[in-house]
Amino acid sequence: MNIQELMANPLYRRRKWTNRVMLVLAGLAIVVGLFWLSWIMWTLFSKGLAALSPSLFTEITPPAGETGGGLANAILGSVLMVAVATMMTTPIGILAGTYLAEYARNNTLSKIVRFINDILLSAPSIVVGMFVFLVAYYGLGLRQNAYSGWAGAFALAIIMLPVVVRTTDDMLKLVPNTLREAAVALGTPYWKMIFTIGYRAARTGMLTGLLLGVARIFGETAPLLFTAFGNNFWSSNLSERMASLPQVINQFGLSPDENWNQLAWGGAILITLLVLFINIVTRWYASKHD
Amino acid sequence: MLTSTVNMAHETPKLSIQNLNFFYGQFKALKDVSLVIPEKKVTAFIGPSGCGKSTLLRTLNRMFELYPEQRAEGEIMFGGENILQSKLDIAILRAKIGMVFQKPTPFPMSIYENIAFGVRLFEKMSKGEMDERVEWALQKSALWGEVKDKLHQSGNSLSGGQQQRLCIARAIAVKPEVLLLDEPCSALDPISTAKVEELIVELKEDYTVVIVTHNMQQAARVSDYTTYMYLGEMVEFGETRQMFMKPARQETEDYITGRFG
Repeated sequence: MNIQELMANPLYRRRKWTNRVMLVLAGLAIVVGLFWLSWIMWTLFSKGLAALSPSLFTEITPPAGETGGGLANAILGSVLMVAVATMMTTPIGILAGTYLAEYARNNTLSKIVRFINDILLSAPSIVVGMFVFLVAYYGLGLRQNAYSGWAGAFALAIIMLPVVVRTTDDMLKLVPNTLREAAVALGTPYWKMIFTIGYRAARTGMLTGLLLGVARIFGETAPLLFTAFGNNFWSSNLSERMASLPQVINQFGLSPDENWNQLAWGGAILITLLVLFINIVTRWYASKHD
Repeated sequence: MLTSTVNMAHETPKLSIQNLNFFYGQFKALKDVSLVIPEKKVTAFIGPSGCGKSTLLRTLNRMFELYPEQRAEGEIMFGGENILQSKLDIAILRAKIGMVFQKPTPFPMSIYENIAFGVRLFEKMSKGEMDERVEWALQKSALWGEVKDKLHQSGNSLSGGQQQRLCIARAIAVKPEVLLLDEPCSALDPISTAKVEELIVELKEDYTVVIVTHNMQQAARVSDYTTYMYLGEMVEFGETRQMFMKPARQETEDYITGRFG
């Protein structure tokens, strides 16, 4: 067949048309996604920008009916609980992911652990919050002291853990076996190969997973409602009830009090910017090191 | 079914393989292989794909032990011990028997660190001594001239041929006694291949070299002894010149002349 005949070929023409139709559909899908995102961002910034002020960071949440105030206690609570959760999760998650990818890649135990981890990954976060509350209330017998920053951090850790396990496992599995063999061929003990070669080859992906996990728990509300509960006063004591940004947004946003509503918008912008920032840092790091 | 066409009385055996059988799960990949690998000579394993030549190479440093479903039975004597049985630490065994792979595998670190990495596992030395060792290994692998001004750049920034010579430098930097080369030139262009082949010939002054290759001209060019394998069995072992000029067995001749495989 010459070129003219090929171009007239019905098989070729149908393929061309399929390509065009799919391209248009894919473009539409992008537009639909971006439409809602930009609507959300527009609403957020048009209503919330006015709430952004230095007092947001310096003053604590006001009682209902008063003017002014800020979110300082909620910001502190969020940062503290997320930090504690991250410190609990990182070593456990990385060690568990390492075990799955390096030591038990295909045995029965690892298949079961992966399956359960995937369930945990999609567990409703409110259930996690209730679980931690029940453990604290009945299990540890804390009763009215069950609400605390520790409980909040623990609930967040449970949400974050499967993310870290999964990404560590996946990223280490992407390290080619030839690299492992090359390392042990020099006489490197297996554990040392993991630390010096495996982690180094997988670090971008592992750090990305960690940061995305942090971004995820920063915005989690449900697990904190039953655990950290909230606190209208300045408190850095994790043994007491603790305020957090998502929980304050939830409480203030649903209230008829207009000052509270404004602060909720301010908090929403803070969280959005922070998550955006974490995502940008992650992408920047990944692009720099790959 | 082995036919040995050579009297090896004048050679010192470095590795003596006796009745070696190898299994991938249920599949028997090596059948009763017996072979002596002489010291400070280049021994080539040739044969069609799937004949077991890489498998045989990977038993010599117990690389197969990374994979739980693989196992070897028999005897491989090295330094007076059966390495398949002995309690000799596997890390020490592998430091004595180095390996270079088919694809270049630079570690995700600088050229300098790629080489220092293995050395640090077994030797404590000053910065100056390490610098010397790194230069020595790179000189030996004919890479020094090309990388001496960029030792602290990533090993991945080198070309494929340079990466492979880096891997050879890394393997010899720990001063092994035996070097196992698993199709070291199959991913390289002809110029890099020629450089690596020259290097192999030089290396046998100090090391015992075992090379697996698909390229028969390469086996003829670099090796002193050749083993022809087929379906997990050793068909013929002999001096390379003898084997390529006048093989003892018809199967070997068919393979070498390209009528089969």
